[in-house]
Amino acid sequence: MSADTPLTKEPDASTGTAVAGGELIRLEGVTKRFGTNTVLDDLNFSVEPGKHVTLIGPSGSGKTTILRLLMTLTKPDEGTITVDGQPLFPAPEKQVREVRKKIGMVFQQFNLFPNMSVLRNLTEAPVRVLGLSKDEAEARARELLDLVGLADKCDAKPTRLSGGQQQRVAIARALAMRPQVLLLDEVTSALDPELVAGVLDLLRDIARSTDITMLCVTHEMGFARDISDQVLMFDAGRVIEAGAPEKIFGDPEQERTREFISAVL
Amino acid sequence: MKWDWNAVSDFMPDFWKGLLVTLQALALGSLLSFSLGLVWALLMRTPTRWVRWPVGVVTEFVRNTPLLVQLFFLFYVLPEWGLTFSALATGVFAIGLHYSTYTMQVYRAGIEAVPAGQWEAATALNLPRARTWTAVILPQAIRRVVPALGNYVISMLKDTPLLMVITVLEMLGHARLFSQEHFQFTEPLTVIGVAFILISYLASLLMRALERRLVR
Repeated sequence: MSADTPLTKEPDASTGTAVAGGELIRLEGVTKRFGTNTVLDDLNFSVEPGKHVTLIGPSGSGKTTILRLLMTLTKPDEGTITVDGQPLFPAPEKQVREVRKKIGMVFQQFNLFPNMSVLRNLTEAPVRVLGLSKDEAEARARELLDLVGLADKCDAKPTRLSGGQQQRVAIARALAMRPQVLLLDEVTSALDPELVAGVLDLLRDIARSTDITMLCVTHEMGFARDISDQVLMFDAGRVIEAGAPEKIFGDPEQERTREFISAVL
Repeated sequence: MKWDWNAVSDFMPDFWKGLLVTLQALALGSLLSFSLGLVWALLMRTPTRWVRWPVGVVTEFVRNTPLLVQLFFLFYVLPEWGLTFSALATGVFAIGLHYSTYTMQVYRAGIEAVPAGQWEAATALNLPRARTWTAVILPQAIRRVVPALGNYVISMLKDTPLLMVITVLEMLGHARLFSQEHFQFTEPLTVIGVAFILISYLASLLMRALERRLVR
């Protein structure tokens, strides 16, 4: 991928540089319960700008909940979350909207808007939220669709596309907002096996060629090993082990991590 | 009993007048019930209890009292409060209001059927709340409820003869007048019966065409 792809950031004071060397995302004492079930238990961790962090662990260990908290789809019961120095919880609605602009999310079930064309899925928010003109937004959308290999599907309805194509559109839609942080929630889990590789290759490209910070929940261990700067192993709402992918996948300290990895590999 | 084609042709001029009124009441009543129902459904989703509670009480009351009683009330009681409307306008309002309390439930079901993932995607893209409703949720919800709304159009059609009691001369009103003047009942009543079936059929074709257009 060349340096002038639509993903490359323009020099802009509002991006990573403002917190260079610091933390872009910080969770402190975050606890989340559903009824009597504690899904996140006094969680503390932070992510530096530009890093790719993968969250692994058994189902129900709270990985997806972290992404949903960062996307403000749900609220923590205790604790604070800050993004780029600005608190997300607790915070007034107006500030939440500001912080949310920095974050994009790709979902397991794609969640494209079925009533809009592929192109309008990509232009709707840039026009309505970022205030781009229709032409600017469409130009940006076409570049991104080209990047994900779906330039010819601009006018198609999402339901006409395969799962893999829909997920690539969803990735392009998230990128159209030029987020600093991209949250990837088991983005290949709903795909037919033969479509997984295409989506993962695209994400590898994006990880390599941009400075977008990525938080990724996945069961694709090969992909996690490739793109991660750091891997967090979750169990029962806690991070039980954190480290470089070579360490976690090669020589984990915790027995639980070893068990989990040998079970999924 | 003998079928008299002359009676049919004598009745036709009155029939066309009645048909026009029936169609007016049906079209305007449908429009009113579709739009008011959507307003109720949206108000019932506001976070403030002080909006939901009165809307809930009023719509529950209207849904559970007979349309006939509502017609009488609006036609004879409202003028005492200084509000006077034409009989047809009163009838359209009564039908539209009455059926809006049913269509609101149809809309509610349609809105609830939109997957949570659509709301989440809209939040993730930071779309304003109003825009999420108008561009994402309602287009999908309304598409789902067109067939159910169509059924209420047929129901409203079958309730239009009630307007006779507040002096609106729709099809049944004209048939009744004609019968009383000419002592011929079979022909005018049969004519309007056939007309009801045809209008129902045409209305269902129209709704199906609309459905197909929306689903595309």
